[in-house]
Amino acid sequence: MDQFAANISLLFQFPVVNLKIVLDGVMIGALFALAAYGLALVWGVMNVKNLAQGDFVIAGGYVCWWLSQQGIPALLGVPAAFIVMAAIGWIIYRVIICRVIDRDLFTTLLATFGLAIMMAQILNLLFGSDTQSVSLGFDTLYFMDGFIDVPIAKLIGVLMAGTLAAGVIVFMKYSRMGQAIRATAQDARAARVLGIDTDKVYAFTFSLNAAICGAAGAIIVMVWVIQPFYGITHSIRAFVIVTAAGLGNLPGVIAAGLGIGALEQYGAHIFGIGYQQAIAVLLLLIVLIVRLIQQRRVRQNLQ
Amino acid sequence: MSTIIDVQNVSKSFGGVTANRNISLSVKKGAITGLIGPNGSGKTTLFNSIVGYHPIDAGKIQFEGREISKLPVQEIARLGLLRTFQQTRIYAQMHGLDNMLISLPHRKMRFSDAFGRNGAAEYERAEALLEFVGLYEKRFLRAGSLSFGQQKLLEFAMALMNEPTGLLLDEPTAGINPTLINGLIDRLQRANAEFGITLFVIEHNMRVIMNMADQIYCLAHGELLAQGSPDDIQKDQRVIDAYLGAH
Amino acid sequence: MKHKAFFYLILLVAMVAAPFVFPDFRTQLATLWLMIIVALTWDMTGGQMGYNSLGNITFYGTGMYVAAVITIGLVYDVGDYTGAAGGGIHAFSEAQYFSGMFLGMLGAGLFCAIMAVLIGYITFGLRGPYFAIGTLGVAIATGELVSNWEWVGGGQGIALPVYPGDLDTGKLLFYFLYAGTGVLLFVFLKWLYATRFGGAINAIRDDEEKAEAMGVHTLQYKLATWAMAAFFVGVAGAISAFQLIHFEPLETAYQTINLGIFMVVCVLLGGKGTLWGPVVGAILFHVFKEVTWNYLLGWQWVALGALIVATVVYFEGGVVGWLISKKPQWFHVQGKSSETVSEERP
Repeated sequence: MDQFAANISLLFQFPVVNLKIVLDGVMIGALFALAAYGLALVWGVMNVKNLAQGDFVIAGGYVCWWLSQQGIPALLGVPAAFIVMAAIGWIIYRVIICRVIDRDLFTTLLATFGLAIMMAQILNLLFGSDTQSVSLGFDTLYFMDGFIDVPIAKLIGVLMAGTLAAGVIVFMKYSRMGQAIRATAQDARAARVLGIDTDKVYAFTFSLNAAICGAAGAIIVMVWVIQPFYGITHSIRAFVIVTAAGLGNLPGVIAAGLGIGALEQYGAHIFGIGYQQAIAVLLLLIVLIVRLIQQRRVRQNLQ
Repeated sequence: MSTIIDVQNVSKSFGGVTANRNISLSVKKGAITGLIGPNGSGKTTLFNSIVGYHPIDAGKIQFEGREISKLPVQEIARLGLLRTFQQTRIYAQMHGLDNMLISLPHRKMRFSDAFGRNGAAEYERAEALLEFVGLYEKRFLRAGSLSFGQQKLLEFAMALMNEPTGLLLDEPTAGINPTLINGLIDRLQRANAEFGITLFVIEHNMRVIMNMADQIYCLAHGELLAQGSPDDIQKDQRVIDAYLGAH
Repeated sequence: MKHKAFFYLILLVAMVAAPFVFPDFRTQLATLWLMIIVALTWDMTGGQMGYNSLGNITFYGTGMYVAAVITIGLVYDVGDYTGAAGGGIHAFSEAQYFSGMFLGMLGAGLFCAIMAVLIGYITFGLRGPYFAIGTLGVAIATGELVSNWEWVGGGQGIALPVYPGDLDTGKLLFYFLYAGTGVLLFVFLKWLYATRFGGAINAIRDDEEKAEAMGVHTLQYKLATWAMAAFFVGVAGAISAFQLIHFEPLETAYQTINLGIFMVVCVLLGGKGTLWGPVVGAILFHVFKEVTWNYLLGWQWVALGALIVATVVYFEGGVVGWLISKKPQWFHVQGKSSETVSEERP
């Protein structure tokens, strides 16, 4: 307890520490927001709540890590992870998701939970259970007399995340496929009547989601660490962000993503790094309770 | 006769669309009151406001003198004010008799009663009410396999099983075979007279509502257009215009 | 009626005889009963009430810890005990062991039931997938918090005294504790599902909004159902604590992806929302697991994930559900009328 109090008082004694924590949190939060955006996409378009979301992220990270082990520049790992995960996502849709998409929500949830267990274990068997990361070998910038350190790698990561997000938004807005996806999200039956092949749309959406997650994972492995069993925490973060922001609310998803990143960094600072998963889960419970109270006020339930 | 449901200056809008504007009406205890109006005039919205499906923007709603506009659905139901759904809702996986037995008035039970089994008295009552709506022969069929009209009758019987004080019926004759409608009017009137249940009915079928109701309110464009006895309403030029779309 | 009683009698005899006929498999048989218990309790909310929890394992882990704390706390200071990591100075007499076991099982059940009511007060506001994810969150969070709580041993876990008698009698004792709890639970559920309570939770499953609109006290029923389920899971957890002797929080007590997901798979395999489904599913799953586990060479967990996916995708109704659709006449229940009811109970 004393330790926690000391950590909190540190925040007040040295306000610059807050700046560092927020900066760190925002940089990692941008990547959380990316995975959450993918979840919001499949959730909104296909009504699939994907519990394997975080495992897509981790798998993408391992693609990048494996390539860098083979001597390929890590930055190329990001597009590579995007492409590989798009293919894996498409296969998963064809084998599993398309068969449960019309069933009740718990069926899809459980199917993706089974998938999450499978993916984590396969990654564990292939790559071992050690934490891994890829060093880009860039310098670190220092500000405020060295109190604030910003590794250039992280800046590049945020930049890439932003580029990817912007690309997806432009795609969704202007391409034929993007329009078909948005139409299907609003009313799948009407879209079908108007000649949109919704099955293709679903396959594409799920594959795009896996690709976004994969790219996010590839960036994460460069600025942070990955481990086969970190997937569930990433999934929970994605759920927290989407639940807090609501579907189809892109600015909300970004804001919530950055906020979650910052809150987790604060939590890690106060309670220690061992509580990281606990903090992510507690944030989930807090967000659910807050949304519940909001719904109660309008005589509704959270469903 | 005393007032049982009292709606005062209720307004409700969804986004920019005003579904109910400043509506006041009252339902007399023991009577049959009708609510009519063209499609989209805000009748179902008003029902939903009364039974607690969404919050209202302004106004008061009282049931037996008690403010209910802030209560959630189940608490209002436990006060004895029930509704049936326009799109019928029954427990589709169970058979008709089970549907009836589940509809026993839980508000009159203690929690410990839940751990008892239903006795002959409950079964008899369920069977009598199924007989009353003409579904006795079909009581062991899965409720989901009944036709829409039969499901509607089952839902009505379930509502009666619950012994409500007030019952809000949303288009009870919609989807029911026209030859059965006279029978249904008779049953609604008997439910009102024999069981003493106050009825508040949304109805599109003018013949039904004019034959049945003691008092009728007419909504148009979310506002209260006219009120009065069936005769008054039938003669009211504004009501005729509203239905024919003359303005 | 008569051959039904005969059928149950045979099962009861088989249950008593099993550990003597297969003395080498006592531990596996005991675990089978554990699976039956958790599957039956999961089905109370998941199958009968339509609330699919992914967090019932919370009560298993909590039951273990409550039993341990009660047993140790009756004799020693818990903080000292865990501080010494179960060192030799802390001995337990036979009387202390058994009174701790009895009170531990009871206390674990009651504690978990109360905990279910408190947690359920929040989580039952959540519907559908939110409930599943919320309860999963509760399970993970509880495990993480306990693993950081030094008083109960933190991440190292906690060790209970060893069974004072000889090993084989101990195995028998644990078998009969599980089996007794399982039979009790089965009989309890058979009775419960036939009461108005069973009808009410089925109504919540079929259409909760309709049940609310009919004035059913939905929250009360949901809390009561979860509390009853938690009671039995807590008792099972307490028995496990004594059986395993030493356990730690994340892998043993709050084992979210082991037992936590096994119970769901058992129910889905056997058939959701039926009394026999969870039992059949638990037996199938356990036998499958015990037979294949050692031959899978590290791929067990991948196979488990695949089994979950295959079950939900291709085998939704489960064994009993499949039988009901293929052979409805076997399950044909004659609808009761007012006459038969009054005949049954004059």
